[in-house]
Amino acid sequence: MNFSMTIWILILPLATFLITGLLGKSMPKQLSGILGTLSMGICAALAFNIAYNYFFLVGKVGDTFQTITVFKQTWLSFAPFPSGRAGDGLSIDMGIILDPISVMMLVVVTLVSFMVHLYSYSYMKDEPRFHIFFSFLSLFSFSMLGLVVASNIFQMYIFWELVGVSSFLLIGFYYDKPSAVAASKKAFIVTRFADLGFLIGILLLSFYSESLDFATIIERLSNPDSAFLQTATAAGFLGASAMTWALCLIFIGGAGKSAMFPLHIWLPDAMEGPTPVSALIHAATMVVAGVFLVARLFPLYNLIPAAHHMVMYVGAFSALFAAVIACTQTDIKRILAFSTMSQIGYMMFALGVSGYGGEEGLGYTASMFHLFTHAMFKALLFLGAGAVIHHVHSNDLSAMGGMRKQMPVTNILFLLACLAISGIPPLSGFFSKEEILTAAFNSNKLIYAVGILTAALTAFYMFRLYYSIFWNKSHQSEKAVHPSPLPARMNIHSDGERGRGEASASMLIALCLLGVGTAAAGFIPFSHYISSDGKLFDSEFHLNLALIAIGAGVTGILIATLFYLKPNNRSDKFAASMGGLLQAARNKFYVDEVYEFITKKIIFNLISAPAAWIDKNIVDRTMILAGEITALVSDEVKTMQSGKVYDYVIYFFIGVLAISVLAVFY
Amino acid sequence: MISMLIAVELILNAVNINFIAFNKFLFPHQIEGLFFTLFIITIAAAEAAVAIAIIISVYRRFNTINADSVDSMKF
Amino acid sequence: MDMHTFFFYFFSALMLTFGILTVTTKQLFRSAIYLLFTLISIAALYFMLNYEFIAAVQVVVYVGGIVVLILFSLFLTHQSGTFLVRPSLQSAITAAIVSIAGFGFVWWLLSGAEFSAAGVASNEYQVTQVGKQMLSFGRNGYVLPFEAVSILLLAALIGCVAIAYKQPPHLTSPKGRENKSQ
Repeated sequence: MNFSMTIWILILPLATFLITGLLGKSMPKQLSGILGTLSMGICAALAFNIAYNYFFLVGKVGDTFQTITVFKQTWLSFAPFPSGRAGDGLSIDMGIILDPISVMMLVVVTLVSFMVHLYSYSYMKDEPRFHIFFSFLSLFSFSMLGLVVASNIFQMYIFWELVGVSSFLLIGFYYDKPSAVAASKKAFIVTRFADLGFLIGILLLSFYSESLDFATIIERLSNPDSAFLQTATAAGFLGASAMTWALCLIFIGGAGKSAMFPLHIWLPDAMEGPTPVSALIHAATMVVAGVFLVARLFPLYNLIPAAHHMVMYVGAFSALFAAVIACTQTDIKRILAFSTMSQIGYMMFALGVSGYGGEEGLGYTASMFHLFTHAMFKALLFLGAGAVIHHVHSNDLSAMGGMRKQMPVTNILFLLACLAISGIPPLSGFFSKEEILTAAFNSNKLIYAVGILTAALTAFYMFRLYYSIFWNKSHQSEKAVHPSPLPARMNIHSDGERGRGEASASMLIALCLLGVGTAAAGFIPFSHYISSDGKLFDSEFHLNLALIAIGAGVTGILIATLFYLKPNNRSDKFAASMGGLLQAARNKFYVDEVYEFITKKIIFNLISAPAAWIDKNIVDRTMILAGEITALVSDEVKTMQSGKVYDYVIYFFIGVLAISVLAVFY
Repeated sequence: MISMLIAVELILNAVNINFIAFNKFLFPHQIEGLFFTLFIITIAAAEAAVAIAIIISVYRRFNTINADSVDSMKF
Repeated sequence: MDMHTFFFYFFSALMLTFGILTVTTKQLFRSAIYLLFTLISIAALYFMLNYEFIAAVQVVVYVGGIVVLILFSLFLTHQSGTFLVRPSLQSAITAAIVSIAGFGFVWWLLSGAEFSAAGVASNEYQVTQVGKQMLSFGRNGYVLPFEAVSILLLAALIGCVAIAYKQPPHLTSPKGRENKSQ
């Protein structure tokens, strides 16, 4: 089986981006959308084909999945290391590798991207910059696909930044809306800041492994006997070895993209972008890049306990933290954003608790499994929320309620996704979550407890969301008079649809396909395909643990039912009893404020202000002084140029005298 | 301007006297000083001719030969 | 005090007096005449030093040429009767400082130098020798400066004509054209 067609998965979105971006203005408006959707559809088909071939026909040799290098082209080659050790020195390659996780990511990204294209085709159809939106979507898909198949860590970094840029463009798509502009800047700056860590980590890793190639890095640094690893762990800085630093810094990069605490602040704001963008970027693809990165380098993390624990604790904390905040938010997309953050925390700590190889690697498998199922149901949730927002013209929960009659299909699909994320069997979320919790239980009880708590909270806030949208009618009266916080542009394209209720056909097709994925994805025996070392194992099903997880989910759902199914004041009473905690959670635990404080008060006042002062009063003044002295001197000199010959004669004689004195003395 | 010219002639003559005197009393067997004097006289003549041409030209344009009044070439 | 010494002092005094008068007199025309006398006294000094050739050249070129040129230019520019404007105090002081400084410097140099007099004041040079050496290519030959000076003179001649030449009618005022036609 020849995988050379994989490269078309990269070329097609790039070509679409160029065509729709450059020629979009002169082609019929719908054509760019059709083109983008079509190319993404082809990519998805290719990806499925590749996945089928890889997982069932070619990839497995013995009982281990191979890493196949489809294509590799040296792009930048640096001089070999002076040590002259084995290997051909540093080079940045552009390549495509296929291994279980990259194939799985190809499927996820192309599928979700295809659905989002399909959905956007009608969602955005009244948007004047329709073709630009589609070209950005293609650019984003291209970058993300390039990221997942990268064979070289630097190639990954390049696509990583491309993903950052295209998400910046997409979040700020409504650039005439100040909040969207601010959100896109925030997302870009925060992730860029985190990427600095990634870059330094790359440099450290490549310095010690003398390679930029993933396979070589892992081979050289994961073997405890290798000289490379010994050098890397021997070198230390501030009490930690170079290896620990490198992995922690790389994790910071991943945490930035994956919105882990405390670098999560950009994610809720990024919901200012169009809803399909949120579904694509902030549910299924970009935000899991960090998880993917850690999974890619997993053999290294497994070796360094400090970095491994960091992944685990940060993931677990983020999961709980985001779940608590999500319970208090009222903006539907923000709830979903925090839910995403929480689920990614799950994936992270699953990686954190995982060991390497065989049964030990259950957490790794579970993490990838959850990534896969989460992509399905979270995209479904976002797109369903988009349909609702489309209908109501508001992001706010208080403007919704009792919509199940108006949007029956959306209602069912949304319920499906909510059940999936809450971990109710037999939907996909149950299986992946159960695996994660099992892995946590085997490894670290504290993390397990956090996981169970988070699962209950997840079920609670998801059903709070669900009931508030589709059942609880207490807010119906407000709906008519509620001013729309969305831009006027959003209102244009639904005027005709307002009474119609259900979303348009292509949106519904996308939703239904994702619904099928949500329901069915859980039955894939993931451990047969993806494991930490490529060897397969059978994951056991622990009934007790599963029951606890289900119990947590059901409890959350019941409480939510109690509070939000019908209009009542129980939730208010409960809120009153929680007091300050609720207030803090509603304000996202003031993390934004802390950032604000740090940047404005500390950095600006203590660093920037003195720097500005020095710049203004010393640097600038020096320059101004130099200029003023020059002007002053030239003013003086200019008066010597009187035009009077007598003066010139005197100068002449002074000069002659000076020269003759000089000539005599020297 | 003419008085400047006259002054320059005086200076050149002073130099000439020096050349001749030093030649006479220090190196009587050579006549280098004499040659220099000759050349200086020649050049002084040329200079005077050019100066006078300039003076006439200036006078035509500014209607004066007062050097202080001809100061249009300044900053 | 023999005759020679007497004449030396006499002509020197004459020369200095007229030189000072030249630069101090108020009237431009008188200044030119004093210059004439100064130059004649210098020529007399040359005679006394047995440099008759230089003395002759001095008389012919300076007295007969340059002073006459100066007088001509005075007449041409209608300046013969004008009084000189007093230089401003500032420029006078500056000029004084500069010239005193120059004088002091030269004086300092001269006082430090040792002159060894050749003793015999001889009279062995001849005008033919001047001519030969002037055109000689060999050692102590002055043919190169001679040629250079001749080219300079030619250039000065052409330059004088070009500078003082009245501009062509189309470049000048109608008045200029009238002058030309006269």
